[in-house]
Amino acid sequence: MSVTEGSNGAASPAALSGHTRAEIDQWIARFPPGRQRSAVIAALRAAQEQNQGYLTPPLMDAVAAYLQLPPIQVYEVASFYSMFETHPCGRHHVSVCTNISCMLRGGEALLAHVERRLGIRVGESTPDGRIFLKQEEECLAACTGAPMMMVDHVYHEHLSNDAVDRILDELK
Amino acid sequence: MGAWDDKRNLVCLEPIGMAHSWSLETYQRIGGYDAWKKVLAELTPREQIIDAVKSSGLRGRGGAAFPMGVKWSFMPRNAPMQKYLVCNSDESEPGTCHDRDILRFNPHALIEGMAIGGYAMNATVGYNYIRGEFLGEPVPRFEAAVKEAYAAGLLGKNIRGSGVDFDLHTFVGAGAYICGEETALLDSLEGKQGKPRFKPPFPAAFGLYGAPTTINNCQSIASVPTIMRKGPQWFAALGPANSGGTNIFSVSGHVNNPGNFELPLGVPFADLLDMAGGIWKARHIKAVIPGGSSVPVVPGETMMKVNMDYDSLKAIGSSVGSAAVIVMDETTCMVRTLERLSRFYMSESCGQCTPCREGTGWLNRTLQRILAGQATREHLGLLLDVANRIEGHTICALGDAAAWPVQSFLKHYRHEFEFMVDHGGRSIVAPDAPRGAQVAA
Repeated sequence: MSVTEGSNGAASPAALSGHTRAEIDQWIARFPPGRQRSAVIAALRAAQEQNQGYLTPPLMDAVAAYLQLPPIQVYEVASFYSMFETHPCGRHHVSVCTNISCMLRGGEALLAHVERRLGIRVGESTPDGRIFLKQEEECLAACTGAPMMMVDHVYHEHLSNDAVDRILDELK
Repeated sequence: MGAWDDKRNLVCLEPIGMAHSWSLETYQRIGGYDAWKKVLAELTPREQIIDAVKSSGLRGRGGAAFPMGVKWSFMPRNAPMQKYLVCNSDESEPGTCHDRDILRFNPHALIEGMAIGGYAMNATVGYNYIRGEFLGEPVPRFEAAVKEAYAAGLLGKNIRGSGVDFDLHTFVGAGAYICGEETALLDSLEGKQGKPRFKPPFPAAFGLYGAPTTINNCQSIASVPTIMRKGPQWFAALGPANSGGTNIFSVSGHVNNPGNFELPLGVPFADLLDMAGGIWKARHIKAVIPGGSSVPVVPGETMMKVNMDYDSLKAIGSSVGSAAVIVMDETTCMVRTLERLSRFYMSESCGQCTPCREGTGWLNRTLQRILAGQATREHLGLLLDVANRIEGHTICALGDAAAWPVQSFLKHYRHEFEFMVDHGGRSIVAPDAPRGAQVAA
């Protein structure tokens, strides 16, 4: 099914690009009619990608309008899941895993190295808006490749400081 | 070494090492989809499939170890409404990374397992809930395999003219450990915050969109095709009583060759450690968390004498859990390790239940205080007191999972906590290093 534009109030889906809408539509199609709320997570992911790494209130309102949901149902999801950013941040998201298996193989030292290399603390972005160093609490499930980090959904395993430097330098 | 060579990768990881192990062609070369085609051709009675899974001894591999066939039998399969089968691929128990390999390297086993399970429970729609962080590689691999299966006429409506329907969709999460809890996963799938539901009603009565639903772990479902193909007795006989079949042990931490080892349940830990190359850097084993960070820690010397099956690990006070085997050598500071775990549970508590929401924060802050050299021995009592007040007092098992490491670390390594309290935050494993110094990896 396709969902028509918001009918209840000021919010409009206009902020969503055609590409984002097409992406949302193919997710809506996976759920039974009337269950488009199930597409909220996918819609927020597409909207965040469209905005180079973070969500804004107008974007979340646009998702709500497009899916015909009260905005609160979108905000509460955006604030609950760790992969959504609701404040401005760098466009490349870097997560160094420091959970137990990575911690045992130097994950914390690796994170400290990344902080020194980028000149920022975990949770901050570089001033040029290139890199956001996420505070990652979850285990990223690549424990046999520890220490590891995730850069924009790509996993890098068995890392050394040198390998990390090369990966970070290549980010545009 | 050697003794287990012909017992490796017998079920979920069978095509590992073959070229394009994730392709339909490779999967069919090892007999893939034979079981599903047979079911479609014979329209096998649904009870017969459920009975086969029961007699295989397959237990939920996500950590709860509930008998899979029994769970399937709870579904009101003749009720005239839509029913759902949901796969839990929200792999996020610290130390665990084998569902990722099933999704990347043998996705068709999961698809075939879901099709067979959907048929057995008369559920015509399935969702595979994959964690958001897997978006880069496991998700596209799985989606490509689903596409292949549709194109080959193995999924969809009236499959191979049998009159059987099964549609399979991928769902991708967005980062939340709690969504691995099955009812939180359902809420997430409905587009909500992932917060566990009160049970009862159980999902088999009131699940996704209020419809009867069964949620099974990725590895559990991916084991089904081989069980159907080689027979439930073959599978059951791989392991000891109550521990039928194989499990994929994710061995991580202080070993020479970390990796995923699919082996019969009941394999001695000492053999598993040997296959992982032994303890690294010529050091000695200190402790093992044998089933993911939520299960109790076990001293190394106890582990060296135990077999990796449900009853044996239970007998020493721990659990198979998610089969994530986290190995620690003698340089590991148990206080620091527990502090990191406690921070994880604090961060991932969904906040619904006061004992968990508040208690996990108390645990973490108390541990930080011990590390900062600002605690007294009374704080060790406080830790246990808080852990005991969380355990058993929450809607879901995250509260227990936060409490068990605290209880077991204090039970086996209390002297390390006492040493740190008595020595202003210095660790027993590096008493000369200043407080808070990085303990070497």
